[in-house]
Amino acid sequence: MSPDKMVRMANQIAVFFSTQPDVDAADRVAAHLADYWDPRMRAQLHAHVDAGGEGLDPLVIAADARLRADQTAD
Amino acid sequence: MKDFIIPVRERDMGTPARTGAPVTLKIDGVQVTVPEGTSVMRAAAEAGIAVPKLCATDSVEAFGSCRLCVVEIAGRRGTPASCTTPVAEGMEVRTGSDRVRRVRRGVMELYISDHPLDCLTCAANGDCELQDMAGMVGLRDVRYTAPEGAGLANHFTARDTSGAANLQWLPKDDSNPYFTYDPSKCIVCSRCVRACEEVQGTFALTIEGRGFDSRVSAGAAGDDFLTSDCVSCGACVQACPTATLQEKSVIEMGTPDRAVVTTCAYCGVGCSFKAEMNGDQLVRMVPYKHGKANRGHSCVKGRFAYGYAQHPDRVLSPMIRERIDEPWREVDWDTALSFAARRLRDIQARHGRKSVGVITSSRCTNEETYLVQKLARAVFGNNNTDTCARVCHSPTGYGLGQTYGTSAGTQDFDSVEETDVAIVIGANPTDGHPVFASRLKKRLRAGAKLIVIDPRRIDLVKSPHVAAAHHLPLRPGTNVAVLSAMAHVIVTEGLVDDAFIRDRCDAEAYAHYAEFISDARHSPEAVEMLTGVPAASLRDAARLYATGGNGAIYYGLGVTEHSQGSTTVMAIANLAMLTGNIGRPGVGVNPLRGQNNVQGACDMGSFPHELPGYRHVKGAEVRAIYERIWGVEIDPEPGLRIPNMLDAAVDGTFKGLYCQGEDILQSDPDTKHVAAGLAAMECVIVHDLFLNETANYAHVFLPGSTFLEKDGTFTNAERRINRVRQGIPPRTGYADWEVTQLLAGAMGADWGYTHPAQIMEEIALTTPSFAGVDYALLEEKGSVQWPVNAAAPEGTPLMHVDGFVRGRGRFMVTEYVATDERTGPRYPLLLTTGRILSQYNVGAQTRRTDNVVWHAEDVLEIHPHDAEVRGVSEGDWVKLASRSGETALRAKLTDRVSPGVVYTTFHHPDTQANVITTDHSDWATNCPEYKVTAVQVSLSNGPTEWQEDYAAQAARARRILPAAE
Ligand code: SF4
Ligand code: SF4
Ligand code: SF4
Ligand code: FES
Repeated sequence: MSPDKMVRMANQIAVFFSTQPDVDAADRVAAHLADYWDPRMRAQLHAHVDAGGEGLDPLVIAADARLRADQTAD
Repeated sequence: MKDFIIPVRERDMGTPARTGAPVTLKIDGVQVTVPEGTSVMRAAAEAGIAVPKLCATDSVEAFGSCRLCVVEIAGRRGTPASCTTPVAEGMEVRTGSDRVRRVRRGVMELYISDHPLDCLTCAANGDCELQDMAGMVGLRDVRYTAPEGAGLANHFTARDTSGAANLQWLPKDDSNPYFTYDPSKCIVCSRCVRACEEVQGTFALTIEGRGFDSRVSAGAAGDDFLTSDCVSCGACVQACPTATLQEKSVIEMGTPDRAVVTTCAYCGVGCSFKAEMNGDQLVRMVPYKHGKANRGHSCVKGRFAYGYAQHPDRVLSPMIRERIDEPWREVDWDTALSFAARRLRDIQARHGRKSVGVITSSRCTNEETYLVQKLARAVFGNNNTDTCARVCHSPTGYGLGQTYGTSAGTQDFDSVEETDVAIVIGANPTDGHPVFASRLKKRLRAGAKLIVIDPRRIDLVKSPHVAAAHHLPLRPGTNVAVLSAMAHVIVTEGLVDDAFIRDRCDAEAYAHYAEFISDARHSPEAVEMLTGVPAASLRDAARLYATGGNGAIYYGLGVTEHSQGSTTVMAIANLAMLTGNIGRPGVGVNPLRGQNNVQGACDMGSFPHELPGYRHVKGAEVRAIYERIWGVEIDPEPGLRIPNMLDAAVDGTFKGLYCQGEDILQSDPDTKHVAAGLAAMECVIVHDLFLNETANYAHVFLPGSTFLEKDGTFTNAERRINRVRQGIPPRTGYADWEVTQLLAGAMGADWGYTHPAQIMEEIALTTPSFAGVDYALLEEKGSVQWPVNAAAPEGTPLMHVDGFVRGRGRFMVTEYVATDERTGPRYPLLLTTGRILSQYNVGAQTRRTDNVVWHAEDVLEIHPHDAEVRGVSEGDWVKLASRSGETALRAKLTDRVSPGVVYTTFHHPDTQANVITTDHSDWATNCPEYKVTAVQVSLSNGPTEWQEDYAAQAARARRILPAAE
């Protein structure tokens, strides 16, 4: 997937959850990614964050950290 | 398994059923109790007594013109017509007295005196009510004949007895490809006219002239059936008692001698049909009166467009090739399947378990879909399964799941009969879901109100005897803003149903929502500039929906195929909860599903993250159910969705695909990207009826079977599980479920199903909402709506009656977010796409039928202002360009679209409207944003270079080597 496309898709998810009241938005973004993104897509996201996370909504970066924490916790 | 074979001719009760208080009367000494308002004729039919009739039939209201149905009623004078006389308590009726017999014979004699007596060679021989009635009333001779050598008064001879031309005679009208109108056989009973008005709602037919001069006429003077407003639904043909309106197939092949009840394989209405056959030939399709979705009606596609099954393009033998630049080689099934299995296993060995996947079809049966996803999960060992519902209704699943707890429409189609206010948003039912449109129009003619929310002035906005109370012509991409503004009006003007919200919805979520939506930035005035919808009419529409009685929302792909598709579905769900329009007849949230089995494909676990019944693969208990009976371990991680598969293919991590009954190259957005993905794969298996566009990139072609050739079930938009029954054996030797099973077998599995009924048993065993479904129940009930389980053993016509599936309904905050797809100086117009009545989706089937007379090519609808500034006139070739690509087609100038908006269909591969569409998608589900693309339109002189290259590549890719001797 082109990085632009991945960034756009991830940011779209972040925008939705950032508008939801009373939720931990980063958690919800992380959960959405875990539920709907195949592992190789998540791996691409991790790699993009590691490379500086250009263009990503800060919420996606926070969610990415949660995702990694959950994965190591498993 | 016994086939459900019924007599070709069903009983005609004479007049429509009524509901009302019971009334008891006696007919020929037989006591019978019927609802108030029932006709004497229908009451007699209930008592098993057939009263002769010509102008009455139970699909339309009685008219009382032929006087064949007269009876005597004790205490009343004369001989009233039984079809127009309602029953009364204690009435005593005689249907066979000498007096009525005399009247009937006299009537019949007059009719027959003006009818050609060529019964033996008539196409309706054996299927003609005039013939039957002549027999029934005992007509033995006709005393009226024309005097020798004189002018005569009849309608059926071209010349009179003096040899002069008979001006009353009219030639046959052959213009419609599927049926003929032969005026010489018409008895002017007006059943056709009433069917066109009452059943179809098109008002194409009238009776012109009076008395002896009266004739049936289609359209205005000078029109024939084809040029009139007729939409070729066939309701008039079905209603006609004679050979006047007659299917051409019956004229060619003779009358059918047996019928199998089955389900239309086109749209999500899911009409039931009798497939009427003569030997192993299908003679005609007749909508089944007891079909609960369609109640005896159909559209042109289901009734007439089945000829593709016999089209010479149909591939009947498996084919393989090493590389896609080679021609195809026809091989036997074993060779093809072992070739495919070897390649897939080899790819998995080199690139890992997750490097292959499947696409299930929303056109195939539930049983077939279930097997294809099982192939991925149990045999491939991954969750890479998706379905074309991804590109249409996946946001419905997500949006309704979040708010109500399940991904399904809340009502049955009968519900529309109790609707007072219907909102139709992002759907064009008269073209996309015609039989539903007819049912809706009938209700609108009875006084219900209509609100249309659509960028385009669809036919429903104004058609004969139907007009929308409000049309909100929004700018494409602003659905959420418009729906939120409606909710804003309802909340701030105090129109909410407080009791419903208190009793049924989550209080905290509602509190948040009410606060959010009350903000002035959601007011119709605030969003008017953005949406293009005048604030005053938006306010009126919101008030009407909130206060006009039972409010029902029907929506289509104009809602889902947006970057905010899922949010829009939530906004719709919010509106219904705000106004308490959930959980009873006449209300609800109703997604109109595109393809026949979109609902079923979703239910059957086609999505990469969900096992059948919408249960996420991460749930260990759910996986355990399948692990136990399949004997394999199931991957707990979600797999790839279609767009992700194509991305992964381009990246080199996805290499093999089994694609059943889908044409992703034509139907998915951004054609160039799809083509690049397919070209990067090492094994593409296409399982289809024809060498479709995707097959240009395939290595294995497995020929498919049509719905006429197999058993199974489809689930329509109402969650109704309808049987599909085999009428003729599969022309390729195998039904599609058998082919999937053979492929699984070639890859080492051992499934052993011998009939789709066994697959349904497995579905019922593993999926709670299907727990009570089996073929015996379907045989008994005709159809059932899921959930079917211990709590609802006969199914569930209405959902969320006493509580939402998720418990309490959840309001979701729906913030409008503009799509990234914006107009600018280079691409100043917005393109939106749709479809038309006579063609179906990518058109693979309908283009191979006579339906092409109505739509030979895709055209671009453009507003005259936009056309003028570009120097474009009607019929000009224009180039349509977006940042993804460009194509050329002809322009049609119309004010149906607003300035700034252009519209086209995507039925023809030559046009490839999807070269234009982009890779933008719904935030939650990746459902592509088909409905909004920024484009530019300019004059051109013919097809683009891309179109020519594409056509050349397609022609090369479709070569087939002559079979080796
Ligand atoms: S085919 Fe349908 S639309 Fe056409 S005249 Fe007959 S009833 Fe009317
Ligand atoms: S065309 Fe058929 S249905 Fe119509 S008036 Fe004539 S006989 Fe009756
Ligand atoms: S409305 Fe849909 S299901 Fe019914 S006949 Fe037409 S295409 Fe088939
Ligand atoms: S059937 Fe009753 S009047 Fe014709």
